Amino acid sequence: MPLLEITGLTHNFGGLRAVSDFSLKVKEGELVGLIGPNGAGKTTIFNLISGVFKVSRGMIKYQGEDITRWPSHRISSGGIARTFQNIRLFKELSVLDNVRLGGYAQHGYNLLQAMARTRNFKIEEERQRQRADSLLARFNLSPYADAPARNLPYGEQRRVEMARALISKPRLLLLDEPAAGMNQSEAQDLIRLIKEIKEDFSLTIILIEHQMRVVVNLCQWVKVLDFGETIASGPPQDIQHHPAVLAAYLGKDGALAEVEAEKATPGPGKVA
Amino acid sequence: MATLNKPKTSLISLASVLLLVLALVLPASGVLNPYVVQILMYVGINMILTLSLNLVNGYMGEFSVGHAGFMGIGAYAASILTVWVLPRAWTPWAFPLVLVVGGLAAAVAGLIVAFPSFRTRGDYLAIVTLAFNMIVKSVLENLEVVGGPRGFLGMPRLTNLFWVTAWVLITVLILRRLVYSNFGRGITAIREDEVAANLTGVDTRRLKLYAFLISAFFAGVAGGLFAHLLQFINPRSFSIIKSTDMLVMVYLGGVGSLAGSLLGATIFTVLMEVLRPLGLWRWVVGPLLLVLLMIFRPKGIMGFKEWKWLREEKVASSQ
Ligand SMILES: Nc1ncnc2c1ncn2[C@@H]1O[C@H](COP(=O)(O)OP(=O)(O)O)[C@@H](O)[C@H]1O
Ligand SMILES: [Mg+2]
Repeated sequence: MPLLEITGLTHNFGGLRAVSDFSLKVKEGELVGLIGPNGAGKTTIFNLISGVFKVSRGMIKYQGEDITRWPSHRISSGGIARTFQNIRLFKELSVLDNVRLGGYAQHGYNLLQAMARTRNFKIEEERQRQRADSLLARFNLSPYADAPARNLPYGEQRRVEMARALISKPRLLLLDEPAAGMNQSEAQDLIRLIKEIKEDFSLTIILIEHQMRVVVNLCQWVKVLDFGETIASGPPQDIQHHPAVLAAYLGKDGALAEVEAEKATPGPGKVA
Repeated sequence: MATLNKPKTSLISLASVLLLVLALVLPASGVLNPYVVQILMYVGINMILTLSLNLVNGYMGEFSVGHAGFMGIGAYAASILTVWVLPRAWTPWAFPLVLVVGGLAAAVAGLIVAFPSFRTRGDYLAIVTLAFNMIVKSVLENLEVVGGPRGFLGMPRLTNLFWVTAWVLITVLILRRLVYSNFGRGITAIREDEVAANLTGVDTRRLKLYAFLISAFFAGVAGGLFAHLLQFINPRSFSIIKSTDMLVMVYLGGVGSLAGSLLGATIFTVLMEVLRPLGLWRWVVGPLLLVLLMIFRPKGIMGFKEWKWLREEKVASSQ
C-alpha cells in the first residue's frame, strides 16, 4: 500500500485550471520531486493535500485512508507536515514557541489540566520543551530560542520552519521550494540536510523544486508539471532529457528558469 | 531550574496574600479615604475587563468591539440573583458564587459570538460583535421586568476592595496559566497566521471557542462586581461607549500582554478621574485616545512584552 495516493486531482481558480487530473503514488521512504515552471500548479497541489483548499475533484488517500475532506489541522496531526514557499512563521512569537506549536496536536493535556497545572501538564510541557530544545540544537538554532522569529535571517527562518514541521514526527513531509533564494553553496548544505533528516526521522518526502541540480541530487522519482498538466514522470536522469520537458521547462528558457528560482518572489495574497 | 523557579512562585503567592490582607485591612482601618478606595475598585474592575478583552483582541488578534455586552449580561444575571433569588442574608457569603454565575451567563453569550468567528475575521467580526453589543442593550431596554431603560436596582453593596483584588488576582492567574500553555500559544498563532496555525495541527475553532468563553466569563464577573458596587445598573452602562473604554485600555497598555492590561486599566481609570472637571467633554477623550493610539502606537506601551514576574517559567515535573 502506498503511503500517499492521489488520483484525478483537479482544481480551478475561476476559469483557470491550475491542476488537471493529477495522480501520484508515493511509497514509504521515497523522495519524490515535483518540478515545473512558475505557475505550473505545484504549490496548489500541496495546498490541496494539506487541506488549505477544498478538493472539488479527485481523491487523496493517506495510509489507505481517504483524507480528501479532512480539515487541515487533522491532516497535519495525522502525520503530514509541510513548509511554505514563502516562509510562514508566527513572526511575533519566539523561535521556541514556533517550534513547540508544531507539536500542538500531540500535547496530552486538556484545558482544565493546564489551568490546574497538574502533574500531567508539567510532564507533557517538559517533554515538549525537551523535544523542541533538541530540534533547535539539531538545526543550529539554540542561540535564537527566545528571539522573535521575525528577527532571524532568511536561512535561519527556513530552518525554523523545518524544525516546526518535524517536531510533530510526521511520516510525510512536503517541502515547497526549500532552496528558493539560496546560492549554490547554501543549496549544497540544504541537500545534505534533507538527506540527513530523511534518514534520522524516517521520512517520506515530496519536494517541490525549481533548481534541477537539487532535484537530480535528491529525488528517486520526478513528476513534471506545466499549466496544471503532468507532462512527464520518471527518474531524474531520464526527465532531464525528455523532449516535452525540454520544450516546456528547460528548453523554453532554461537559464531564465534558473535565475527565477534564485529570486522567486510569489505574488501577494497567494497561499504559497 | 526547579530550584530557580521555586522562590519566584512562592514570592508571587506571598505578594498576593499580602495584597489581599491590605485590601481587607486598609479600607476598614480608615488609612485610605473612601474616595481612594472607590477609585481603586474601579481600577480593579477595569483591570479584569482589560485582561478579558486583551485575550480576544491582543492575544488572538480578533477585533471585538462589543465586550460591554458580556459585561452587561454578567451584571444583570448577578443582580437578579442577589435581588430576587437569594435570601438577603445569604448574599454576602454567596457573593463569589453569584459572580461566577454572572460570568457563566456571559460565557454562554461568548460561545454564541465565537461561532461567527469561525468564518469571518477582521472588519466583519468587528461588525458582528458591535451588533451583539447593540442587541444586548436593546433587549435589556425592552425587558420591563428588569426595569427596561430605567434600569435595575436594589442590589446590596457587596463589592469591596477585597473581592475586587481577589478577582483581579484570579483573572491574572488563570490567564497566565492559559497563555503559557499549548492553548495560549495556539491562540497567539491564530493572530500571527491562522492558515499556518491550522497547518501545524492547531485546532483553531476549538481555541476560538475557548478564548471567547474565558474572555466573556471574566467580563461577566467584572459586570457583577460593577453592579454590586454601584447598586444600580441600566442598559446604557453597557453601551458601545463602555466597549470603547475597554478598547482604549487594551491598546493603551499593550496588546498581548498581561502587564499591559494592568497598566492600561490603571492609567486610563486614573486619567478619567483626573479629567472629571471636564464634565461631558471627558467622554471625547476615550475615543480620541483610541484613534491616536491606533495611528501612532498600535501595540501600546507593553505590546507583546511582559514584566519579568509575569513571564513563562520553565516547568519542572520532577518535584
Ligand atoms: N489562491 C489563488 N487564487 C487564484 N489563483 C491562484 C491561487 N493560487 C495559485 N493561483 C494560480 O494557479 C496557478 C498555479 O499556481 P501555483 O500552484 O502557485 O504554481 P507553482 O507553485 O507551480 O508556481 C497560477 O496560475 C496561479 O496564478
Ligand atoms: Mg509554488
